[in-house]
Amino acid sequence: MKPAPFDYVAAASADDAVRHLAEHGDEALILAGGQSLVPMMNMRLARPTVLIDINDCAELKFMGLESGDGFAIGAGTRQKDILKSAETKAAVPLLLKALAFVGHVQTRNRGTLGGSIAHGDPSAEMPLVAVTLDAAIRLRSSTSERTVAAVEFYSGPMSTERAPDECLLAVNFPHTPGAGTGFHEVSERHGDFAIVSAAAEISLRDGKCASAAIGIGGAHPYPIKAAKAEAILIGEVPTDALIEAAAEAATEGIEAMDDVHATAAYRMRVARVLAARAISDAIAEAQS
Amino acid sequence: MKPRNISLTVNGSERFAEAEPRVTLLDFLRYHLGVTGAHMGCEHGVCGACSVLVDGEPVRACLMFAVQAAGKSVTTVEGLAGSDGEPSPLQEAFRDAHGLQCGYCTPGMLIAAQALLDENPDPDEADIREAIGGNICRCTGYVQIIEAIQLAVTNLREAAQ
Repeated sequence: MKPAPFDYVAAASADDAVRHLAEHGDEALILAGGQSLVPMMNMRLARPTVLIDINDCAELKFMGLESGDGFAIGAGTRQKDILKSAETKAAVPLLLKALAFVGHVQTRNRGTLGGSIAHGDPSAEMPLVAVTLDAAIRLRSSTSERTVAAVEFYSGPMSTERAPDECLLAVNFPHTPGAGTGFHEVSERHGDFAIVSAAAEISLRDGKCASAAIGIGGAHPYPIKAAKAEAILIGEVPTDALIEAAAEAATEGIEAMDDVHATAAYRMRVARVLAARAISDAIAEAQS
Repeated sequence: MKPRNISLTVNGSERFAEAEPRVTLLDFLRYHLGVTGAHMGCEHGVCGACSVLVDGEPVRACLMFAVQAAGKSVTTVEGLAGSDGEPSPLQEAFRDAHGLQCGYCTPGMLIAAQALLDENPDPDEADIREAIGGNICRCTGYVQIIEAIQLAVTNLREAAQ
């Protein structure tokens, strides 16, 4: 199908984009990579009357360490550029592992980090990584700028804290030197949306878990951070029994979705298994 | 909405037409410029039949608006053949290895495979599977498509020696 008519504005900068957002109100949407929004428009699930294209905003495309704020990635940075960045791989290895599960060559060539984060599909990998790592999401409107913790950003499928007049600027990921990472996913085909996914980043000191970040995607209406599982691991020697206990705890609080792809019971079982695998991988990598 | 003037390079030629913002790059190529090589399948970014190269990178032409391609260089399957109309080494390999059946997915498969060869002249089978992972063949002739790309790799390597 074809999208409903809309007017098109190419924003020259982030300030330009938020000025247009303020001017056009709720009927305007930001067009980033378009790999989720354009299908929704083609299916007439989304009918913005104005599209504000940020593809030419060079200031939204960057990756780098920011003193005190971890590793920042501009919202307009394309997924293929993140995959090719050695600096990002060193600073946020979990993001690179998760990106291998995101779409296909053609969609990663257009798709952006900020687009995926702002869209907020419950099974999307980028929101899961942001929530797991306790990343900070930077937003700007025509009148103010603010930072929202990723764990506070999502409230339901495609529902976020972003106000209609705000544009994502960047995502700041904490950098944990020496941490190991693990990412596992079950989907119908490689590159499809996850039925369930699990992410983990763990660092060790003297054989004990010094830090642990664990998250589950695809099961709950939005990605969730498994704080209880993290607490079980931190300060302890990660034995097989402890990993199993943490994986079990990782499913607590999940109100699993029941749909044509999988039942809620299946999602709960898979979430526990994938959490155990992601935790084990992260520990093994931290030990090596 | 008011049509825009859109000029871009298609298969090496400067092209120009008017189109509303809602016209996708795919519809612009097919209906406004008459370049019908890129096929229309799902129109929501799942099947890969509309794959084209934009500034050398494969993208889904149904998920990009024509107005966004202004000033860019687009290569469709028509642009793979030589100026004399002879099939490219990749196209010859698809013919020789029976890499196409009904042909509907073939333009997208060729674009995806060409993008792979442009970046990596010596891909292994896993690389090939990854490269065409976003393209659906409803004849399910994937094995011959992979063999065709492998044949093209072999032929190009021998030709280079």
